[in-house]
Amino acid sequence: MNAESLIVLLYVLVLASFVGFELISKVPPTLHTPLMSGSNAISGITIVGAIVAAGPNEWSVSKGLAIAALLLATLNVVGGYVVTDRMLRMFKKKKK
Amino acid sequence: MEKELLIKIAYLIASVMFIIGIKMLGKTSTARQGNFVSAVAMLIAVLATLLDSQVLSFTEIFVTVLVGSAIGTVVAQRVEMTSMPEMVAIFNGFGGAASVLVATSEYWRMAHAAGYSMQVVVGVTIIISVIIGCVTLTGSLVAFGKLKGLINGRAIVFTGQHAVNAILFLAALALSVLVVLQPNVQIWMMGVLFIALLLGVLTVIPIGGADMPVVISLLNSYSGIAACATGFVLNNQVLIIAGALVGASGIILTQIMCKAMNRSLINVLLGGFGQTSAATSTEGGEEIVVKEVGVEETAMLFESASSVIIVPGYGMAVAQAQHIVRELTDLLEKQNISVKFAIHPVAGRMPGHMNVLLAEANIPYDKLIEMDQINDEFANTDIALIIGANDVVNPAARTNPSSPIYGMPVLNADKARTVIVCKRSMSAGYAGIENELFGYPNCLMLFGDAKSSMTKVVSELKELMPA
Repeated sequence: MNAESLIVLLYVLVLASFVGFELISKVPPTLHTPLMSGSNAISGITIVGAIVAAGPNEWSVSKGLAIAALLLATLNVVGGYVVTDRMLRMFKKKKK
Repeated sequence: MEKELLIKIAYLIASVMFIIGIKMLGKTSTARQGNFVSAVAMLIAVLATLLDSQVLSFTEIFVTVLVGSAIGTVVAQRVEMTSMPEMVAIFNGFGGAASVLVATSEYWRMAHAAGYSMQVVVGVTIIISVIIGCVTLTGSLVAFGKLKGLINGRAIVFTGQHAVNAILFLAALALSVLVVLQPNVQIWMMGVLFIALLLGVLTVIPIGGADMPVVISLLNSYSGIAACATGFVLNNQVLIIAGALVGASGIILTQIMCKAMNRSLINVLLGGFGQTSAATSTEGGEEIVVKEVGVEETAMLFESASSVIIVPGYGMAVAQAQHIVRELTDLLEKQNISVKFAIHPVAGRMPGHMNVLLAEANIPYDKLIEMDQINDEFANTDIALIIGANDVVNPAARTNPSSPIYGMPVLNADKARTVIVCKRSMSAGYAGIENELFGYPNCLMLFGDAKSSMTKVVSELKELMPA
């Protein structure tokens, strides 16, 4: 990685952080738990890195670590989304 | 080449969808679709990655993903809503662990190549990813243990704790420099891993059970930052964007929780809250004299009331009383008695936990009123019913500058004409302090298990009220 691509990545980081702060500061307290479990699932995005690292045909320490990462990231992603959906399904407005 | 471009475009689409998904997650009416949009974004990112030219062996990947999905789905379907904090805590830990493993895997691959010399930038990103990921992992495991009661929930503090942490941190930094200088000496990396894992344990162990909502929020943020750091390692924007969103969300929730407890983040992290409050509770002067009330009388009080505010606490959920509370609500509303719920930001054990617990009992969310909006209403309310809450209604936070919770925003339940406290015993709350509200002239104590007391009150009410 050269300095230039690092700068680009830093731009992405700074802008995405601002977007995150803007979006989430308005979330009502009712939704804080689903927000947390939903964002928890998003943090499982590392799954993408795990897939690439688990890619080679030959087994190695590196690949073993990646497979472990893949398992945990998948658990994180799938579990996170499913439980968030389960919670959000329960939120109902008063029936009139 | 074309494949690579396709992957990049897919990542771009996924990033946009993550942002839209989070935005939709912020409104009750669109939250469920928002979660779905974000899940689809994840699927797009995963499918695109499978096209990567480095990905050659699909069998292991598919098997692993299948196993992970199966376990994840089963756990997510079965978990009790009261255990949501534990589940989020352990999943944060998994997210952190995944980041460490990916970064270490990258390191191993690079270090294995003969005569490899590590670029400083690459080394730094790997180290950051490893350290944050490790702290997230073991910190979350300790938080999980504390919430589940496997580890003593009290703050565990020993002398020189901060000095030990500082020394360990410096040692990790020194080892990190060695990793960059001699990337093929793997023992340096092992050292960094070991110390970072230890640091995670040591930073969460001194934090008391009452502060867990802050810790979970903070670890949630860490898991995002860890993913972000991994994005730098892999030069991958979608990881950085998704990680930054999670990091920001966790930090905001952490701030909200700190504010709700009138503590600074530093104060929480340095820990030992349990200790200070334990000291004051023992020296607490005169005994509080309380007035008891029975279920029949409680039912009669409800019958003659015209407005009721219920203040639920975690104790209600532990007693599984939320369903009978809903029955009570329905019964009272049928008699045109207005019923609202006052929700303190730290009711429950994670941000917004109480809302989920009440939603599970089919209580519509528009009946749940935030603290700031309902606090002025107590004065015009006939009955404030406090179930399984304690510290969040302690008037000492407003009136007694020597109380450890002085300054914490509380619900003004004491201002209601009559306050009924449904509580197991006179024991102190989570913060370990006496509640002077219980001795107030307008306060009545309904002792007993929340569920059985409420069940009795409901059946008494049914007799009193014409069907």
